[in-house]
Amino acid sequence: MNVDDSLKHGCVALLTVALLGLGTAVSFADCEVRGTGDLGLVVERAVGRVQLIETTTRSSLAEIEGLGDLSHASLVYSRDGRYGYVFGRDGGLSKVDLLCRRVDKRVVQAGNSIGGAISEDGRLVAVANYTPGGVKVFAADTLELLADIPAEYAEGKRAKVVGLEDAPNNRFVFSLFEAGEIWIADLSAPRAPRITKYRNVGREPYDALVTPDGRWYIAGLFGEDGLALLDLWHPERGVKRVLDGYGRGEEKLPVYKMPHLEGWAIAGRYAYLPAIGHHEVLVVDTETWTEHARIQVKGQPVFVMARPDGRQVWVNFALPDNSTVQVIDTETNEIVRTLQPGKAVLHLEFTPRGEAVWLSARDDDRVVIYDTTTFAELAKLTADKPSGIFFTARGQRVGL
Amino acid sequence: MASFSSRGFAPAFFLLIALTQSQAVADDAGSMPQPSRQRELVRLVRHDCGSCHGMTLQGGLGPALTTSALAGRPIDYLEATILRGRPGTAMPGWQGLVDADDARWIAQQLKNGFPNER
Repeated sequence: MNVDDSLKHGCVALLTVALLGLGTAVSFADCEVRGTGDLGLVVERAVGRVQLIETTTRSSLAEIEGLGDLSHASLVYSRDGRYGYVFGRDGGLSKVDLLCRRVDKRVVQAGNSIGGAISEDGRLVAVANYTPGGVKVFAADTLELLADIPAEYAEGKRAKVVGLEDAPNNRFVFSLFEAGEIWIADLSAPRAPRITKYRNVGREPYDALVTPDGRWYIAGLFGEDGLALLDLWHPERGVKRVLDGYGRGEEKLPVYKMPHLEGWAIAGRYAYLPAIGHHEVLVVDTETWTEHARIQVKGQPVFVMARPDGRQVWVNFALPDNSTVQVIDTETNEIVRTLQPGKAVLHLEFTPRGEAVWLSARDDDRVVIYDTTTFAELAKLTADKPSGIFFTARGQRVGL
Repeated sequence: MASFSSRGFAPAFFLLIALTQSQAVADDAGSMPQPSRQRELVRLVRHDCGSCHGMTLQGGLGPALTTSALAGRPIDYLEATILRGRPGTAMPGWQGLVDADDARWIAQQLKNGFPNER
């Protein structure tokens, strides 16, 4: 045992004794005293488990089980970076403790869910539900239900909620798939949400993003070629349609997987967005909200994500091109690299400063890590059907 | 002559039935995807169809595909939906990725309760 180890053990022992002295029933003997800034969770979708990983050593530290159906699972982090809130498909909301490496609390709050968000003050966790369609808001510390917002858009009709994002002033913004509406829920008084509704924003909004500055909410539309844009500085100005008819005259391909919009798809003044049903990434000027360029890519984009410095945009694709990833140089808007990280690449996540990127290859049961400057493969980790990869730095950003 | 022709007719008739039957058997056997392909299809349905219908097929953006949810939906209807999609909805036609035999097999498995991976 070296000095570090004995110090660590000493601290843990002291902490344990102190807590036992306070009469707590929980043993913290297995909890680590460390920072969480280089930690993250990888969803292992088929086995209801997450892997706790560390980006400094590029290693897996632990597996945390018992999270239910994690097909299409996503998660957000508490602002202190200690807890991850995992949103499962089966309506499960689980609060995972990264230091104690266990599920701290868990509720099954709906029949079928798609994702969630955490408020800017870190006190509220909101979940977007398909069944029953709506949003539920919970206290981040206890998971106590604070507000229930049914997505009822007509008498007796509830829509599936998609694109739920946090926004400044403890607001949550979300879209109603069947209804073609965007709602803002102001949770300044958590038990009495104030709702602003925008109707007829476009057919079938399928996902959305909030720009990193928290100003713009952008919903992608499945039912038509275009995007719905809401200025959160000026919600009174209403929802504006942008890039109307971007695919006009082109045959739309079958969409085997819905694209995802959430992520850092903003590089400088330009937003990089997936063109639904087309082998294209759309480049939009965020000062004028008009099309700036289109980039031809290998397949139909699913995630279009900018490296944190905005210099590169990485793109993965729907079937049958889901084993390929392409890298766009945002200075030239040209593809500078095409990679084959493995079979069925579902997600990618940059380290907080962007020197490395982690990608999940579901059908090869592995996570692959690349250097984003040299494109050299840095490491591979084994994971069971990995899907989403989420690093704790998300906890410090709006819209993630 | 009548008896001769009837004797001649009878074997031909039975041969025809036998051929038809063996053809039918061959159709079924030939139409069944190979075990390795079946494993691919199970993965496709669980994970790729699952991105909308849920990995447990309990539904998501798309409807549930459980046995009870599909009661009353004929196999032909399911096969056609898989191949050609449902226009006006988010369900695409999958005929670029699965053939008619694959689609029929998937439809049959869905009706019977879809197998798990491994």
